[in-house]
Amino acid sequence: MATVLAIAEQRDGSLRRVAHETVTAARTLAESVGGETHALLLGGAGVESLAPELGRFGADTVHVGTADVLADYQPDAWASAVASFVKEHGFDTVLFAATSTGRDLAPRVAARLDVPLASDAVELETEDRALRITRPVYAGKAMATVVVDAEPRLVSLRPNVFTPIERAGAATVSSFQPVTGESRVRLRERQQATGGQLDVGEATIVISGGRGMQGPERWQILEELRDAFGGRAALGASRAVVDAGWRPHAEQVGQTGKTVAPALYIAVGISGAIQHLAGMRTAGTIVAINKDPDAPIFKVADYGIVGDAFEVVPKLAEAIRAHVT
Amino acid sequence: MKIYVCIKRVPDTAARIRIASDGVSIDAAGVKYIISPYDEFAIEAALRLKEKQGEGEVVAVTVGSAAAAEQLRGALAMGADRAILLKGEPGWDGLETARALAAALRDAGADLILFGMKAVDSDQQQVGPMVGEMLDLPCITVAADVEVEDGIALCHREVEGGVEVLEAPLPAVVTMTKGAIEPRYASLKGIMAAKKKPLEEKDAQLGAGRIRLEKLSLPADRKEGRVVGEGPDAVAELVRLLREEAKVI
Repeated sequence: MATVLAIAEQRDGSLRRVAHETVTAARTLAESVGGETHALLLGGAGVESLAPELGRFGADTVHVGTADVLADYQPDAWASAVASFVKEHGFDTVLFAATSTGRDLAPRVAARLDVPLASDAVELETEDRALRITRPVYAGKAMATVVVDAEPRLVSLRPNVFTPIERAGAATVSSFQPVTGESRVRLRERQQATGGQLDVGEATIVISGGRGMQGPERWQILEELRDAFGGRAALGASRAVVDAGWRPHAEQVGQTGKTVAPALYIAVGISGAIQHLAGMRTAGTIVAINKDPDAPIFKVADYGIVGDAFEVVPKLAEAIRAHVT
Repeated sequence: MKIYVCIKRVPDTAARIRIASDGVSIDAAGVKYIISPYDEFAIEAALRLKEKQGEGEVVAVTVGSAAAAEQLRGALAMGADRAILLKGEPGWDGLETARALAAALRDAGADLILFGMKAVDSDQQQVGPMVGEMLDLPCITVAADVEVEDGIALCHREVEGGVEVLEAPLPAVVTMTKGAIEPRYASLKGIMAAKKKPLEEKDAQLGAGRIRLEKLSLPADRKEGRVVGEGPDAVAELVRLLREEAKVI
């Protein structure tokens, strides 16, 4: 029988939204071929408490592996644990989330299993048990449809693209002893950012600023707009402002930054260079706020406001706050 | 210290991508090719390590067609000491590219193997860590910098909600992202010198690959949007549309 395995990502004792997405996508795939959905949950002691949640998002069986070294993400230990588990059980397809953790982990597992990896899929389609994977290339300027001629088929899924579906369902929980091997990469220190902000690649709402923001000291209005959404939003930036040193590269959206697919993307003072558009054109709804009515960003925006960001954005934040709370 | 930097020839990030008539490749006419931008950070990091240590060798490597020699010369012009062109056409299966690089680097005596964190054409973000696994070397991905002290590579890595400081014993593989340092421009002197630096060519040990490309297509055009209005007065209408039409808030 066909079996699909979802690697469930958790952090600090909670499943991440991408774990719901990955398990749901695994379920959809398994159902299309009459197969079973499995989830792999790794972590430190106590992580098994998250297993029922994976059942609700579609797992028939949740395999729980606990070890102290798996409490936080550590590349060698995780790659070893996942690869040896997959090797032992054999699956047709293994799905990862293409988060910063998943993008680090999946290629290592692929090399250990000696199978290819299709990264960052936005569409999965089965036909006579063949799996067709569509993924953006050239930072979203083109789409590649590929087929993996190997088993298991390893695929990572772009966050925010596969909608999680909760259902009434309970999973069988099975515990095992993970093989963690030797850890050569060591975490010396973790420096926390203020308030543990969401990453731009995973947020469902992204507010990006460009050169029209005039200077790094003027980002407060964007931060206020982000906060108005109550923890669902993250800040993004254009390449121009990252190159100018106004914002960190981690926020950059576009071909040399992150490719994002949030439900709502608000571009403020961004003209819309081709390499920026490539990085955000798969967003659900795009809003552009720009002084220049001829800015290319208006060509891809669903809704535009022509005007001064410093007048429009505070008003928008106020309206969102009134709406959300 | 011997540092290998693996780079890739890719279309310029400003290039407009057109699909060729075969449906599985891009139309290269008029497209300028460059060193993948993240690979430039890796070259710069390697050159700085060599300069700081006052000794060592920086070797640029690529898997590519004869045309990729142009990008290797670019790396030499920036300051790399020599280059190796592993001749072959890298396909869509990064595992094969990794295999070819691993075969070439296995007995090369590398202390450090650097990559850009991804090539901006195939966007797979996988070859670096795959080479690490194949050579059984520790690997740190998406590092903003790399320092070496007492045989240990030390990197800062941006993650969701913070920065990690990671270390790995040499020899190691590190994939680089943009950090605080800007890649240098090749000087005229560098460009002249690059012409005389050694560029070795050999065949890449490149398998057929097991990721089959069925088609390349252009992303669907977004439907024509509209300008809601001008200035702050348009905000109320925008919020209404976001709520009632787009249903995103």
